[in-house]
Amino acid sequence: MKAAHLSTHPDYNPAAPVLQLKNVTMRFGGVTAIDGLNLTVPPKKIVGLIGPNGAGKTTVFNVITGFYTPTEGEVIFEEAPVVGVSPQKICALGIARTFQNIRLFAQGTVLDNVMVGCHVRRKCQWWMAPLCLPGFFREEKAIREKSMDLLNRLGLAHLARENAASLPYGAQRRLEIARALATDPTFLLLDEPAAGMNPQESGELMRFIEEIRDEFDLTILMIEHDMKVVMGVCSHIWVLEYGRLIAEGGPEGIRSNPKVITAYLGQEAVGK
Amino acid sequence: MSAQAVKNTPMVQNHSLRNGLSTIVAIGLLFGGLWLAEQHFDGYQTQLLNLVAINAILAVSLNFIYGFSGMFSLGHAGFMAIGAYVSALCILTPGQKEMLWLLEPIWGPLAELSTPFFFSVLMGGLAAAFCSFFIALPVMRLGGDYLGIATLGFAEIIRVLFTNIAPLTNGAIGLRGIPAYANAWWNYTWLIITLFIILSILKSNFGNVLKSIRDDEIAARTMGINTTAYRTMAFCVGGFFAGVGGALMGSLVTTIEPKMFNFQLTFNILLIVVAGGLGSVTGSMVGAAVITLMLEWLRIVEAPMNFGFVIIPGIPGMRMVIFSMLLVLIIIFRRQGLMGTREFSWNAFYNSIGFKDRESFERSES
Repeated sequence: MKAAHLSTHPDYNPAAPVLQLKNVTMRFGGVTAIDGLNLTVPPKKIVGLIGPNGAGKTTVFNVITGFYTPTEGEVIFEEAPVVGVSPQKICALGIARTFQNIRLFAQGTVLDNVMVGCHVRRKCQWWMAPLCLPGFFREEKAIREKSMDLLNRLGLAHLARENAASLPYGAQRRLEIARALATDPTFLLLDEPAAGMNPQESGELMRFIEEIRDEFDLTILMIEHDMKVVMGVCSHIWVLEYGRLIAEGGPEGIRSNPKVITAYLGQEAVGK
Repeated sequence: MSAQAVKNTPMVQNHSLRNGLSTIVAIGLLFGGLWLAEQHFDGYQTQLLNLVAINAILAVSLNFIYGFSGMFSLGHAGFMAIGAYVSALCILTPGQKEMLWLLEPIWGPLAELSTPFFFSVLMGGLAAAFCSFFIALPVMRLGGDYLGIATLGFAEIIRVLFTNIAPLTNGAIGLRGIPAYANAWWNYTWLIITLFIILSILKSNFGNVLKSIRDDEIAARTMGINTTAYRTMAFCVGGFFAGVGGALMGSLVTTIEPKMFNFQLTFNILLIVVAGGLGSVTGSMVGAAVITLMLEWLRIVEAPMNFGFVIIPGIPGMRMVIFSMLLVLIIIFRRQGLMGTREFSWNAFYNSIGFKDRESFERSES
C-alpha cells in the first residue's frame, strides 16, 4: 500500500533535499511569526528545530503541513512546490505530523485511531460499503492487519482495544506517532515528542525515534525543548528566535554558539 | 504478520457465520411477529407499530448526521417534507390529482405521473438527498450551533416554499387521500434497508473516519481526510433516509400539509436520538420504540381522573408536562442517553446467555 511518492520516480535523486523552505515569511496582522526562513532538510536524517517559547516553531510546522499559507516564500517538498495545497493533500504526498498538545480521536479505540491513519491510502469509496463487494472487504481486512502490525511494531498491540483517551501519557504520544506512520509518510514532523516525559522515558524515546527512522525509512524533523534529546538524536539543528533563524549546524556547534546561549539563558549567562 | 497479531493481541474469534445466521433468524422472527400483529392488532395498535418503525428510520438518520458525524442539524423536518411531497406526487393517481388541485391547476408533467410505491419512496429519499447536497455546500463551513441554526432556517424555508408553490404542492390545503401503501411490511422493510446501509458504512473504516472528524477535525485533516467531502456525504446519506421516513409517514397518515413539518417534528426526532444515546444506532432504535409508545401511553394522564374524594377533569397537554419532566431527569441522571455510545452485538448477546468465547474469558480474567 506504499504511495506513489516522487521517490519512486526514475529521475528521483536520492541525495536531493526532502524539504526546502525558501525565504518563508508568515505574518498574522502586525505580528511576524516567521521572518524570511530558509531551511533545507536532507533525506533520511533526524533534524531538529529549537528555540524559546513563541519563536514560531509550531508555525513552521503549520506552514509545512498546509494549515497556513505563508505570506511570502516557497515550500518545496520532494522537488514539488506545496504552498496552497490543502492539509489532506499534503498528507497524501507523504508528510505526517504529531501535535504538541496530543490530538487523538478520544472516543475511538487505539486500533480505530491507527485505522483512521490508513484511510488516506485506501482505494475503495464509501458507497461501496453497502454493496458487499469482495474487494471492499479485502481492503478492510488489509487495513485492519496493517494497523495491528503497526501497533505490534510500536509495542502498543496489547492496548489495541482500549479507549485512546484512557492510555497513559507516554503511550498516547506513541499512539500519535503510530497513527502518523499509518499514513505511509516519507517525512515525519514531531512536535515536542518528549514533552512531559521523565529522563528515563525521554531516553527510551530517543532510541525509539532512531528505530522508526531506520525501520520506516523516514526523514524526521522535530521540535523539542529537551536539549538532551535534541543533542542526542539530531544531526542538524536550526535555532529560531522571534521568527528569525539565529543559528544552524550540528549539535556541538549549537551547544557552544553564544547567540543560542543568549536566546535561551539571557545576556548575563554569556559573560560568565 | 497476521499470525503475529493473533498471538500478541486478544483478537475476537471469528463468529461471522453464527452472527450472520442470527441476524437472518432475527429478521425472520420480526416478520413473523408482524404477521401475528396483522392478525390480532386493531387499527390503533397497528398505527403505533408503524410509527415505531418510521421514527426509528428518522432517528437513525439523524443520529448518523449528529451523533456519528458531529453535525448539529435541525433540518430533519425539511428533508421529511421533501421526501413526503415527492413520494406523494409520485403515487397519487392522475384522477386524484385532478380532484385535489382546485385553486390552481397542477403543473403539467406531474398530472399524468403515477409510479409504484417502492420507487416513489426511493424518489422521495433521492430528492431529499439532492437538496441536502445543495444545502451542505454553503453550510458545511459552519460548525456547532451555527450549523443548527442554518439548517433550522432551511427547514422553515422549505415549509414556506411548499405553502406557496401551489402548482407543485397544492399550497396550504396540502395533499389528501394519499394511498395508504405504507403498511407494517413496507415500513419494517425500509427500516432494515436503512439499518443495513448505515451500519455497513459505520462498521467499515469509513465509520472510524466519520467519528474522527467529529472528535477532532484538525487531526482528521492531518491524517489526509477530506473532511468537507465526508461531512457532505454524511449529511446527504442522513438526508436521504430522512426523506424516506417522510415519504413513509406521508403514506401512513394519508394526508400531508406544510404545517405538519414544523420544528416540533424535528424536535421529536432529536429527542429520540438524545434519549437513546448520541452515537448509538441501537440507542436510536430503543429510543424510537420507548418514546413513541410512551407518548401514547401517557395519554391516560390527560383523561379525567376520579380519586373518590376528588375528581380531576382531563387536562389536554398534561402528557407533555410529564414527558418533559422525564427528559429533565434523563439529562440530569443519564446524560449519555439510554445506550451511551454502546451498540448491540451478537457476540455480547451470546456471551451474556452463556456462550463464552475466548476473548470474553480473557477479559474477565484480567
